[in-house]
Amino acid sequence: MKPKGTFNLFARRKDWESLWYSLLAIVFSFLLVALIMLAMGYNPINAYAALFRGSFGSVYAISLTLCRSVPLIFVGLAVGFALKGGMFNIGGEGQLYMGGFTSAVTALILPQGMPVFISLPLAILAGMVAGMVWGGAIGLIKAKLQINEVIVAIMLNYIAQLLTSFFVNKYFMAKGSMTPQTEILPAGMQLPNIVANSQLTTSLYIALFMGVVYWFVFRHTVFGYEVNALGNNPSAAGTGGVHTVRTTVLVMAFSGALASMAGIFEVFGTYGRFIDGFSPGIGFTGIAIAFIGQGKPLGIILAAILFGSLQAGAMQMSLMEGVSAHIDKVIQGLVIVFIATPNFIRYLLNRKTR
Amino acid sequence: MDAIRMNNITKTFGTTVALAGVDLRIRVGEVHCLLGENGAGKSTLMNILYGLYRADSGDIAINEVPVEINSPKMAQSLHIGMVHQHFMLVESMTVLQNIILGNEEGTFAIDYKKCRERIEVLEHLYHFDFDLDAKVSELSVGEMQRVEIFKAVYRGADIIILDEPTAVLTPQEVSVLFRILDDMRNQGKTIVFITHKLQETMRLSDRVTVLRNGKFVQTVETKDMDPETLATMMVGHAVELVTHKGACCPGDPVLEIRGLKIFSTSENTINLTVRAGEIYGIAGVDGNGQQELERFIVGTERPKIGEVWLNGSDISACTVAKRKKLGLGVIPSDRHRNAILPGMSIVDNFLLGLQRNSRFSSMGLVRHKALEAYAESMITAYAIKVSSERQHISELSGGNQQKLVFSREVGLDPVLLVAAQPVRGLDIGAIDYIHNQLLELRDRGQAILLISTELSEIMEMSDRIGVLYKGGLIVERDADDFTVEELGLYMAGGKGA
Ligand SMILES: Nc1ncnc2c1ncn2[C@@H]1O[C@H](COP(=O)(O)OP(=O)(O)OP(=O)(O)O)[C@@H](O)[C@H]1O
Ligand SMILES: [Mg+2]
Repeated sequence: MKPKGTFNLFARRKDWESLWYSLLAIVFSFLLVALIMLAMGYNPINAYAALFRGSFGSVYAISLTLCRSVPLIFVGLAVGFALKGGMFNIGGEGQLYMGGFTSAVTALILPQGMPVFISLPLAILAGMVAGMVWGGAIGLIKAKLQINEVIVAIMLNYIAQLLTSFFVNKYFMAKGSMTPQTEILPAGMQLPNIVANSQLTTSLYIALFMGVVYWFVFRHTVFGYEVNALGNNPSAAGTGGVHTVRTTVLVMAFSGALASMAGIFEVFGTYGRFIDGFSPGIGFTGIAIAFIGQGKPLGIILAAILFGSLQAGAMQMSLMEGVSAHIDKVIQGLVIVFIATPNFIRYLLNRKTR
Repeated sequence: MDAIRMNNITKTFGTTVALAGVDLRIRVGEVHCLLGENGAGKSTLMNILYGLYRADSGDIAINEVPVEINSPKMAQSLHIGMVHQHFMLVESMTVLQNIILGNEEGTFAIDYKKCRERIEVLEHLYHFDFDLDAKVSELSVGEMQRVEIFKAVYRGADIIILDEPTAVLTPQEVSVLFRILDDMRNQGKTIVFITHKLQETMRLSDRVTVLRNGKFVQTVETKDMDPETLATMMVGHAVELVTHKGACCPGDPVLEIRGLKIFSTSENTINLTVRAGEIYGIAGVDGNGQQELERFIVGTERPKIGEVWLNGSDISACTVAKRKKLGLGVIPSDRHRNAILPGMSIVDNFLLGLQRNSRFSSMGLVRHKALEAYAESMITAYAIKVSSERQHISELSGGNQQKLVFSREVGLDPVLLVAAQPVRGLDIGAIDYIHNQLLELRDRGQAILLISTELSEIMEMSDRIGVLYKGGLIVERDADDFTVEELGLYMAGGKGA
């Protein structure tokens, strides 16, 4: 007799409780990885010290951490947004490729003489529209044909990645380049650095701003309320006058737009061009980040910074202590496991006590 | 011997004291009824016994042996079973699979044959009659409940707790349930039964325990009691239940249903008119099209044949949102599925359906101040027992959730109110209050369509009555022109008189 089809792991818990879970998961993962390092003959204290130096030890380290965090913030918000509406956006990877590619090509195609304050927003907007379409399609297929969004999203991921790869290789390859990538964008189109000689650009501000927008939508808008209601109990939302089909499509479209921004700002910020296969699974990491952040914007931003710091510090750790740089993936994986299990158990319990 | 002894049980949730030193003694082999107003603590007490909640203090003995019950698993091993008001069945699985879930026979693979044999023996003993291979999603509410009860028996429960089992049942299904419970008592099972219907208490139970506001009032022998005395014990003072029903002076048609076909297979169509200032009662045995009718009027489903008109315009093609805007209020029969956002706060739940109303939003933004003031006024007016408006609605007692939904739907004076089982799960005082509210709405000129499977409610409240049978409206008259017997006959599809 309970409403079916809701995927809402973080909607029912009290704030302090979920914060507690996230912190515990992080602490446990670090401890467990310390044990692994011990078993492998490394000194975990030294290793973690190197990790910390590499991620927060200097201005450069901090800017590297933040640079890695920016795309993670976008995808974390994207997944969180969809989850609020009861949907699982595993298609972030495809959306960010579509977004990054479309905006890069738009930037390259627009006439050179166009003022940057017109062409840059135009290019970004084009990318976001591509992400919206790529995400909205998932919502439309789910709402109209009742096909599980996860399957559709995974398919679309492949299509996006291969499609952009094909176009880059075939039509937009930079002259004389060995790797498949577009020409470098006009200098005016590249976002300015915040810290000199680092890859950290003003895209950080945009990511933080999107966090504020996200908060505002769910705190103050009717649309945010309807999304929440839909995620909470779709049939009650429908009886309460929420257009379930339209809202489903919109949720996925906005989620897609957020995810696409991860790709767009890698292009306009970090790399200055579109590179085939540039994302090391950013879209999937977004899922973990949304869960650790419990769907709350501040939580998502902090979780993204944590993961960004792991990526940034791992190199230092492997250089200084010889611990494989891939250990950051292990920590990330464990955090996800620890977060997911108690949540999952709570989820089952909650269904029972309802 | 006492099957259950709960001593001095205390339980608080934050600042709410749900139970304050409650004692409960239940003898082996009796049917024991737990009574109390909405929010008195009945469900909480039983959830503690079943291991879903931990008591803050107090102790429990089962069959005179002190025990600590930390989980439902533990309760089951003590031969305690519980049937919640909201079933916990896997809808996509068969009856057989649901019954054995968690208690499968066989070492590696499930030995379905052996399970089936065991089930059939028990089925025979307690006179159940299941189609073991039917999907649970195809069952009626009553059947699902019987599966739940049987599941408890299959797991070896000797003590069976039923939390408001009759609230969702039709009178016919109630009598089936009672036959089963009589059977189980004869087999020596102990039964704890929560209800708000005093007639059921009188009919079924051996003894009664009354709770009031989280406190133990008294345990008495049913045979020394009558409904009035029980009501007085529950409320704490003499209760006078009167509905003030004045003459009906209907105005213009508000809701018109024209040639509506409920099931594609049904022969009959529905034609009916509800006018301003009248209560139109739809009587009928559940499953004859009530829920479909509700959906067609609300707009979550569009009719293939037939039209729905509101205030003189055809709304058959309108969205739910549009209909809400035109002044439609709805109390859905399935509260949990259609009226409540379980993971959201009380305030947020007050907004559901009104989120596009200009009183609570402007330019796409929620007007929190207005909303909170509205929620507060409704909570006061309907005496909804809450500890804070920021609380999750799922923390409210069942009856208080129902009151919230009712107050939300009538609060803004809807033009048309569709009230399906509006008093489901409410205590007698609350029922009386809600009924008087409905009459007041009627007298203020609102049109009310009352859909109920309770014959007494239909008879008492309606100005006109139509009987729904197999998707068609087979008779319609002024309420005064029906006798109870006649109505019963029509509901069974009989009589052309
Ligand atoms: N999980 C919870 N969190 C906070 N308060 C709760 C919780 N469960 C119950 N309460 C509160 O405890 C009190 C008793 O609730 P309970 O559900 O036991 O009432 P009840 O007697 O079953 O009422 P009803 O007849 O309406 O079902 C209520 O005030 C309720 O709000
Ligand atoms: Mg209850």
